[in-house]
Amino acid sequence: MIADIAIVVAAALLIGVYVSWRAGRIDRLHVRVDMAQAALDATLLRRSSVALELATSGLLDPATSLLLASAVHGTKDITSRPRDLAESDLTRALRAAFSQPDFRASINGKEGADELLAEVEAAAHQVFLARKFYNDVVAATRGARQRPLARVLRLSGRARAPEFFEMDDSLVAENTGAPLGL
Amino acid sequence: MKIGITCPYSWDVPGGVQQHIKDLAEALIDEGHDVSVISPADDDTPLPPYVTGAGRAVPVPYNGSVARLSFGFLSVSRVRRWIKEGGFDVLHVHEPEIPSLSLLACWVASGPIVATFHTAIPRSRVLLVTYPVVRTGLEKINGRIAVSEAARTTLVEHIGGDAVVIPNGVATRRYRKADPLPGWPGPGGAIGFLGRLDEPRKGLQVLLKAFEVLGQERPGLRLLIAGPAADPGDVLDRVPAALRDRVILLGQVSEEDKVRVLHSVDVFCSPNTGGESFGIVTAEAMAAGVPIVASDIEAFRQVLRGGEAGELFTTGDPGDLARAAGRLLDDPARRAALSAAALVAVADYDWSVVARSVLSVYETVVLGSTQVAVTASGGEFP
Repeated sequence: MIADIAIVVAAALLIGVYVSWRAGRIDRLHVRVDMAQAALDATLLRRSSVALELATSGLLDPATSLLLASAVHGTKDITSRPRDLAESDLTRALRAAFSQPDFRASINGKEGADELLAEVEAAAHQVFLARKFYNDVVAATRGARQRPLARVLRLSGRARAPEFFEMDDSLVAENTGAPLGL
Repeated sequence: MKIGITCPYSWDVPGGVQQHIKDLAEALIDEGHDVSVISPADDDTPLPPYVTGAGRAVPVPYNGSVARLSFGFLSVSRVRRWIKEGGFDVLHVHEPEIPSLSLLACWVASGPIVATFHTAIPRSRVLLVTYPVVRTGLEKINGRIAVSEAARTTLVEHIGGDAVVIPNGVATRRYRKADPLPGWPGPGGAIGFLGRLDEPRKGLQVLLKAFEVLGQERPGLRLLIAGPAADPGDVLDRVPAALRDRVILLGQVSEEDKVRVLHSVDVFCSPNTGGESFGIVTAEAMAAGVPIVASDIEAFRQVLRGGEAGELFTTGDPGDLARAAGRLLDDPARRAALSAAALVAVADYDWSVVARSVLSVYETVVLGSTQVAVTASGGEFP
C-alpha cells in the first residue's frame, strides 16, 4: 500500500518536473525570440542610418541619393507600408545603386568613400545574419509550442506565437538575367 | 526656339507623363520649334527622331511601387553631353522631384529652366522634396507649371513659390478617325462609357440604371463599356438578367482601342457625379466627334459650352439621363449637329493651344537670360 502511494507520488513528481522543464524551455525560447528581435531591429536601424549617411554624403549623384533617401524614409514611415516590404525596398534601392556598372570606380578615391561603402555593406550583412538567427529561434519556438504536451497543457501561456520575418536582404542580385531580382 | 525636354520615366512604358511629353513635343515641332527630348529607353526601342535615349531605365522601388528610372553617374554624363551638344534656349524638365533624368538635368544645367509638375506629392513624401540635393535642383527652376490645381497646391503649400496651371491638352488629331470595332454600333444603336467601373464618381451606376429603362424601350440597344474594374462581374450583377447580354464589358483597353470604342457608339455618356476638374475623357470623345450626353457638373458644362456641344442631364438622375440619351438616339440630325459643334469646341483644348501657353512660359524665362549650359562644375561629383 505504502509502496503504491510512493510510486504514484514519485511518478507525479517526475511528471511535474518534466512538464515544468518543458514549460521553462518554451519560456526561455520566447525570451530568446525577444532578444533576437531586438538585435534584428538594431541592425535594420543601423542599416537605415548608414544608407542615409551614404545618400547625404555627396558621393553619389542626386538621383541615386534621392532614391536611397526615399527608401530610408519608407522604412521609418511605418504607417504607409508593412515593414518587411519597406525594408526589402531599401535592399533593392541599395542593390540598384551598388550594381551600377563601374559604381565603385566612380566614387573611388573620394574622401571617406571606401569606409562608407564598407560600412553600408557590413550593415547589410548584419541584417542578413540577424534575420537568419531570428528566424532560427522563431522556428524552434514555434516547433516547441506545437508539441502535443505543450498544446494540451497550454505551456506557452498567453505568449503569442512569434512570426517569421521575411524580406529581401541580399545586396547581390541572384542572377544577372533578372536585374535586381525585381 | 531650341527646346530641350527631359522625361523621367522610361519611354517604352506607357504612362501619362510620357504621353504628355510626346504630345507637347510634337505640337511644338508643328509650330516650327526645334525640340529634343531625352528619356530613359531600352536600346532596341524604336524612338521618334526627336528623342535621345539615355540608356536602359532600371526598375527600382520608389514610393511603394516599382518605377523604371535613370540615375547614377552614367546617366549624369549622358544628360551633360545632351545639354552641351543641344545648345538649348530653354530646358524643360518634367517631374524634377523624381530621382531620375529631370533631377539630374537640373543639377548639371544652368540657364533658363522650366519645370512641369504632374502629380500632387503625397504629404508623406513632402519631406523628401526639402531634401538638400533636391532643393538645390529645384531652386534653379525659373518657371513652374502644374498640370492640375492639385499639383499646384502641393507646390504652394509644401515647397513654396507658385506655379501656373496649364492642363493637359487633347491630341485631337489622334481621335478624329478610327474604324469601329467589328459589328458596332449595330442596327439597334449603342451607348458608350469609358472609365473606371468601380469608382462611384465616374457614375457608371447612373448609366446602368438609365439603361434599365432605355434597354427595355429599345430592344436592339447595346451598352459598350471600357475600363478597368477590380471585379467586372459585379457590374453585370447590377444589370437585370434580361438585359445582360446587351451590356458588353471590354475591360481595360489600349489607347488605339479607346479611340475605336469612341467610334463604335452612337452616343457617348459621361455620367460623372463630380470630382472632375476638366473631363479629359469627355474632351477625347468630342475630338472623336461622337455625340455626347453628360452630367451637368461644372467641368462638363464648361467643356461642352453649356450644352451647345453636347446634351447635359441632371447629375446623378438616371431618369433624366434616359430621356436625354433617348432623344439623341431618335434624332440623327441633332446628333450630327452636336458632333459638329463638339469638334469645333474641342479645338480650344487641342495640344497646339496648350503648346502656345507653354511657349509663353518659355518666352518669359528666357528674357534676359543666356542659353542653357552645363554648370561651371559641370555636374562633376564634388
